[in-house]
Amino acid sequence: MYVGKPVKRVDAFDKVTGRARFTDDLCDKSAYIARIVHSTIAHGKVVSFDLAEARKVKGVVKILTCFDLREKHYFGTPGHPYVLDPAQRDVEDRLVLTDTVRFWGDDIAAVVAENEVAAEQALRLIKVQYEEYPFVLDVQEAMKDGAPQLHAAFPNNILEHTGIREGDYAKAITEPGLIKVEGWYETPTMQHCHIENHICYAEMKQNRIHLVSSTQVPHVVRRVVGQALGIDWGRIRVVKPYIGGGFGNKQDILYEPLCAWLCMQVGGHLVKLDVPREETFVCNRVRHGFRGHIISWVRPDGTFAARKLEAFSDQGAYASHGHAICAVEMAAFRQTYPCENVEIDGWTVFTNKPVAGAMRGYGVPQIMWALESHTDEIAAALGQDPIAFRRRNLMPLGYYDMFGHRKLAADSYNQCLSKAMEAIGYDRKREMYRHQTGNIRRGTGAAVFWFDTGTWPFLLETSSCRMAMNQDGSMQLQLGETEIGQGADTVFSQMAADTVGVPIEKVHIVSAQDTDVAPFGTGAYGSRQTYSAGHSIRKTGLQLKQKILEKAEKLLQISSADLNIVDGEIIHIADGAVLMDLGTLVKEVQYSRSGSCHLTAESTAHITAAPYTLGCTVAEVEVDIALCKVRLLNIVNCHDAGVLINPALAEAQVHGGMSMGIGYGLSEKLVFDEKTGRPVNNNLLDYKLSTFMDHPSLRAEFVENREVTGPFGAKGLGEPPVASVAPAIGNAVYCATGVRLKKLPMDPPNLYQAFCEAGLICDERRVDA
Amino acid sequence: MYDFKALYEAKSVDEAVRLRRGHPGARIIAGGSDVLIRIRNGKWAGAELISIHGIDALRGVKLEDDGTIRIGPLTSFSHLASDPVIGTHIPVLAEAANQVGSPQIRNIGTIGGNICNGSPAADTPPTLFVLDAQVELTGTEGARRVPVRDFYIRAGVVDLKPDELLTAVLVPGEAYRGYTGHYIKYAMREALDISVVSCSVNVKLTEDKKRIENVRAAFGAVGPVPLRTPGAEAAARGGETTERTVKAFASAVLGEISPWSDWRTSKAFREHIAEELAARALIRSIELGGGGIHA
Amino acid sequence: MPDQYKLIRCTVNGREKEAMVDVRASLADLLRNDFRLTSVKKGCEVGECGACNVLIDGESFNSCIYLAVWADGKDILTLEGLEGPDGKISDIQQAFIDEAAVQCGFCTPGAIMSAVEILNEGRLLSDEEIRVRMSGHLCRCTGYENIVRAVKKTMLARLSQ
Repeated sequence: MYVGKPVKRVDAFDKVTGRARFTDDLCDKSAYIARIVHSTIAHGKVVSFDLAEARKVKGVVKILTCFDLREKHYFGTPGHPYVLDPAQRDVEDRLVLTDTVRFWGDDIAAVVAENEVAAEQALRLIKVQYEEYPFVLDVQEAMKDGAPQLHAAFPNNILEHTGIREGDYAKAITEPGLIKVEGWYETPTMQHCHIENHICYAEMKQNRIHLVSSTQVPHVVRRVVGQALGIDWGRIRVVKPYIGGGFGNKQDILYEPLCAWLCMQVGGHLVKLDVPREETFVCNRVRHGFRGHIISWVRPDGTFAARKLEAFSDQGAYASHGHAICAVEMAAFRQTYPCENVEIDGWTVFTNKPVAGAMRGYGVPQIMWALESHTDEIAAALGQDPIAFRRRNLMPLGYYDMFGHRKLAADSYNQCLSKAMEAIGYDRKREMYRHQTGNIRRGTGAAVFWFDTGTWPFLLETSSCRMAMNQDGSMQLQLGETEIGQGADTVFSQMAADTVGVPIEKVHIVSAQDTDVAPFGTGAYGSRQTYSAGHSIRKTGLQLKQKILEKAEKLLQISSADLNIVDGEIIHIADGAVLMDLGTLVKEVQYSRSGSCHLTAESTAHITAAPYTLGCTVAEVEVDIALCKVRLLNIVNCHDAGVLINPALAEAQVHGGMSMGIGYGLSEKLVFDEKTGRPVNNNLLDYKLSTFMDHPSLRAEFVENREVTGPFGAKGLGEPPVASVAPAIGNAVYCATGVRLKKLPMDPPNLYQAFCEAGLICDERRVDA
Repeated sequence: MYDFKALYEAKSVDEAVRLRRGHPGARIIAGGSDVLIRIRNGKWAGAELISIHGIDALRGVKLEDDGTIRIGPLTSFSHLASDPVIGTHIPVLAEAANQVGSPQIRNIGTIGGNICNGSPAADTPPTLFVLDAQVELTGTEGARRVPVRDFYIRAGVVDLKPDELLTAVLVPGEAYRGYTGHYIKYAMREALDISVVSCSVNVKLTEDKKRIENVRAAFGAVGPVPLRTPGAEAAARGGETTERTVKAFASAVLGEISPWSDWRTSKAFREHIAEELAARALIRSIELGGGGIHA
Repeated sequence: MPDQYKLIRCTVNGREKEAMVDVRASLADLLRNDFRLTSVKKGCEVGECGACNVLIDGESFNSCIYLAVWADGKDILTLEGLEGPDGKISDIQQAFIDEAAVQCGFCTPGAIMSAVEILNEGRLLSDEEIRVRMSGHLCRCTGYENIVRAVKKTMLARLSQ
């Protein structure tokens, strides 16, 4: 059996030798190079272009502008499954090029040239005339009457507002003796920063468009490119090779439609659109900035009487994933600490900023920053231990969610908290750090996260799998679900090997998805790959196994019910005797002169569950108050992701999420110039990802409560590791200094402001180092 | 592929000087970590380049007979940091070189480029300022020497004549003998970063280690060019190695720096950090010199 | 205008090579396009991410900000050069596999090449020193943890031999 074992990654050898080919490695050198002309204003209308000088550049093939777009096919970009009901579909507000500029960096024209230097030179020579409009960058300013309007169909820039009312909030807060705790919390715009930028190339062959793209969702790309060009979806072929990370950015359809359109404008010639890093920051997708207002009414005994949230989600210029992120924030707020009287309002609002889409965690890192900082504040207001307060109020075992039709079947929160606290020595250190003075102070903090697996019931959850036996008893395995670095191909192979009964070396997974060949799947997002694909692998594997056993029954004249496949051999269940190896069986069947048959199986799993996947972070920090710096000393995440299919890869994935959480907590923010709306730090020097030297050793712990709805007892793990890191650090900073940070990141400028306001620095300068 | 017009490769200083004269608009490229980025981002696209990358004579560190340390301007940060002469006599310069960007940048970036790009935030200049370093500039008329402090004209502009080349950085013996120093780079993260404020201090203690015989301090990223703080130096010079002296020194710095506010952070924050770094760098320099801070 | 192209001679992964290079080309361009050594990745093209890192005369360089013409006379090693003629991989490559230090794999080639430079020095480094020496690489998948483990494991194995 392979499930549960730290099997080595099936793609590791190719990746450590350079044999793993990524999109750019596969593109023929004959490709034309496309570059995009981005607007240099934040809001307005393109009036005209002066292309005369640019056209003179040697090597320029064609320059296309928004005015060359004769047919306007609006399309939505999120990598979601198609929705049959038009009313429920994602907002379709994008064109491949636009004459209405809604953010600094909007795509208004493109250059196609024989080489990159010519494309660059032409780009610099293009002159654009605009009619400029006022713009708005702040999410709450954008909602005010009279604010600049981005989309006519959305008054006050509100893409969507939803409210949840449970119980009677107004009445509940009149209960005598309640303590009110209130706070505003804020998180910045962030970017995914996968190390491979988004890149794609397109060519027309046999009157179809062949696209190779660095995407998480090849089947969705096919559909959206068809929609964007107004052509039949079947005329698009998308290949997804190895990709250098995605984290949700490549779950959006980014520049595939534009690349395909440009290809068609130059006679179907091969066109490559390789997006430079600086543009990736601005013109791909970002994490929604968030502002949240929380009011809690608690009783002195540490129970909630009423809770309220107002959430403002900064959508940027176009709808992309839209309100779904805010909806997840609202659900997480409501369910993490259930309370009878709840009032929640969430607004997703357009601003003249880069488009926000999916990013690892999908709103949960934002709401957890607010909620788990706030929870510590409540504990402090009550004079209670923050862990004890949490344990008393967290979603209890057996909690039933009406909307998702799911029940919390394991005591994940308590188990994870205990394990993580033990790992870091939380109680002992908390005590030790109680009465500190001086400039250098230490603290510990904890935070939990709420998450669920996949996207049901919001969206369709479907996965298809195909298996085919080879003559040596090995098998091909194909899925529509994609390897994007997380290790999906390896766990798919493990699950397939166990289901069919073959050694893992005999499972040959087809890593690349080619929409002409790969079974339909919606791709990598929603922490769904292991769970959703697990269902289709199991279903298909069992079908294949049954077919094999039926053939064995005929060949061996033993009832298939008495046979099994173990380690690539047909065995007799009763005594374990090996009767035939799979290679012999397949050859007998495939080359049979009386009834040849190719042993294959294919099936679709339709999934109707979305189990909770919960856990926590505990962090220990050292704060140098005078230098306004937080140094992370220890950090541990503990997750209940059900049974770990591959503990080594699970651990590695948690490390990665924690790292992203550390950047989120301490250093990352995309900053905009207030006067122009221009992003000022859209490069890897000025946008501060955490480096090797900004991390302590990262520790990942697990509790493995078998997931009853999961085919192998597993559930989602990809996104959650990022979710609770920042608030755990924030709570540790509070423990160390008594200063509560409300705004991310906790970088030196924000710490300086907070420490000044708290009177820790600025009045009297210290020299004790 | 970079968009530049021409590349002229010099194999010797003479050839470089000739090329400078022949191509007055051309830019010098040494390691390339600044120049190539400016070409890529369009600022210097289409430029002519004179590559001095191949002039091996300009690499390496030498201790001259009179105690002067002669640093070839093409010496990379990593070679500077591991050089035995630097390690023995001016370890603080190795410390500074080791804080540039990243290992790869330290392998390609040169001390000459670090000075000639005129950046206020570069890592080695503050230390060169406190070491009273001189730069040797060679042109058609021969070589001249200028104190590095006077070499900076304004942000991004240095006193390099159209036919000249930086051919050496010189640290005089009397500037480092008996001195111990410390450099602190303050950045938003621990690697791959640029200074928000940087500070280099060196001190010479009296024989009994109780007093500061001399002290020099310089800062990066708190003005248009790196700068010395003579007022702060005067405030500490001759003083006892006490908290009071440190405090007087650090607060005097505030009157001599002129930081700015930008998207990265505020003027007030930079001032606060500069003062803090000044104190810490002085304390550490005193400790390295065998002294200690007394109440 | 001087010559747009220049003949250079260098050693790449142990083999003598000659190439006519466009003087405007970066070393990354030369290695990827002319020699098809596609382990050399482009992630930022300004020397920040480290994905294009290769060894030149034993030292690590971001080949995106190194002119191809400068490679004349140099000894260049890329990830492809670590494999033996029989396809056997080196200890550090195996350690990256064994320690689950690979995820998307895009930063991996550059990171392994920095590890090679460090390991070739034959010194015992602390975890902190390993982090300093590897700090020219950005990785968004691994949190660096297992990369540090892989480098450390290989270092200790080599030193105990």
